[in-house]
Amino acid sequence: MTGRGWVLAAGVVAASLAGCGGGQDGGSAGDERPRLVVSAAASLNDALTSCSPGFDAADVRLSFAGSDELAAQIRQGVEPDVYAAANTKLPEALNEEGLVGRPRVFASNELVLAVPADSPIRSVDDLTRPGPKVAIGSASVPIGSYTREVLSRLGDRQAEAVLANVRSEEPDVTGVIGKLTQDAADAGFVYASDVDATGGRLRAVELPRRLQPTVAYGVAVVDGAPQPEAARAYVEDLISGRCTQALEQAGFGPPPG
Amino acid sequence: MIRRAWFPGLITVALAAALIFLTLPIAAVFLETSPGALVDSLGSQGAQEALWLSLKTTTLALTIIVLVGTPAAYLLATRRFRGRAAIVTLIELPLVLPPAVAGIALLAAVGPAGLLGRGLAGAGVELALATAGVVVALTFVASPFYLRQAQAAFGALDRAWLDASRTSGASEARTFLRIAVPAAAPGLLAGGALALGRALGEFGATLIFAGSFQGITQTVPLAIYDRFATDFDGALALSAVLVVVSAAILLAVKLARGPDGLGIAAR
Repeated sequence: MTGRGWVLAAGVVAASLAGCGGGQDGGSAGDERPRLVVSAAASLNDALTSCSPGFDAADVRLSFAGSDELAAQIRQGVEPDVYAAANTKLPEALNEEGLVGRPRVFASNELVLAVPADSPIRSVDDLTRPGPKVAIGSASVPIGSYTREVLSRLGDRQAEAVLANVRSEEPDVTGVIGKLTQDAADAGFVYASDVDATGGRLRAVELPRRLQPTVAYGVAVVDGAPQPEAARAYVEDLISGRCTQALEQAGFGPPPG
Repeated sequence: MIRRAWFPGLITVALAAALIFLTLPIAAVFLETSPGALVDSLGSQGAQEALWLSLKTTTLALTIIVLVGTPAAYLLATRRFRGRAAIVTLIELPLVLPPAVAGIALLAAVGPAGLLGRGLAGAGVELALATAGVVVALTFVASPFYLRQAQAAFGALDRAWLDASRTSGASEARTFLRIAVPAAAPGLLAGGALALGRALGEFGATLIFAGSFQGITQTVPLAIYDRFATDFDGALALSAVLVVVSAAILLAVKLARGPDGLGIAAR
């Protein structure tokens, strides 16, 4: 067995232990509904949490984290049934590696600059002056790469000025929101849907159209998924079924194009 | 004969299982990295800044813990007063607190929007997203390890001996510094090592309270997490460093305590 094999074994043990700990009911004796494990981008938290309980074909277990971390887990041998990412790049890469099925786009989102409700910050330009503490996503996570896309469209000088104010690179969008709601940071780039979820504590400063990246969410059934049929049904729900309404309510848009 | 032998067999199997389970993941960290890749990964600026930051913050935290914790533990070990048991329990609480809770609690207490946040900001003290915040997080989670151990070490000293020092004219401060601390040194050292180990590995409280930024708040565990998704080799290399440092801490304590090793510390 190679070294990677050993690590994989350790990862599987860890994942199954985590699964035991996370199980809330474990199902009563007569309960034979299959369990569907969905690994989803942190930004999908509200939408999927609200629409998953009504899923017919299975009991849905949601696991939220940065899309890149979830992809890394799949590469290390963890097998959820469905992988939903905050971009199309990661599921496409996993597809090319033969780890997930063909990804499909199911939603779009917008990047905004989030600030506390009473903040004087009105535009991205306000971040180019020294002073405001900025939180962004780490470069490896989709929100972080979208943010860098926005900054690169600002031009080098302005991008550098904003980056000089960055005080934290968070592993997922939840971290950015948390730093903002706790006043630890003054501004952060997040998805529009994340600001909706804070119930008015944060305000969204919209980005000019020329800075806006295309934010498309991709979903795929994981190869070797324990519940492939339920997984496919869940993907359909995201694209055109019950979950589309929850996504819309959470501030997501329809697939771009 | 076979019937009599089942118990020794059982305990041998249990030990073997424990040993394999505990050492396999650590071995894998090294089996997965080639020495060349390890050196390459550690040569990157991000890795070096993380290592330097971890060294700096853990040293600072440990200094604070020892300077405040030693006299505090001495008081708890040598005095009997009302509420003592409650105090001992309270200061041991962070020991069993999940790190994420520690991070949230620190934000609620000394974060910008927390209980003392406004006062601290007024005094020009900034902890969240700053290196000072990392030191606060490390001190918070690691100090109970030292306090507990130091209290046990002072408590194990012969009271008659300390009293003799005082009745022979030495002040209490002198008794503490010249008699109690040297006599309790092995226990204090073990406590310091446990606190150092805990501080070095701190992750959750640091991420939640202090954030993650290269050179400012991104300690080695946070740098490992940052690399895990995109640079597994880099994550392994930094992990390997932490394994070696942790092993060195353990070994140093064992050597300092003589053949007895950590036996006393476990009491």
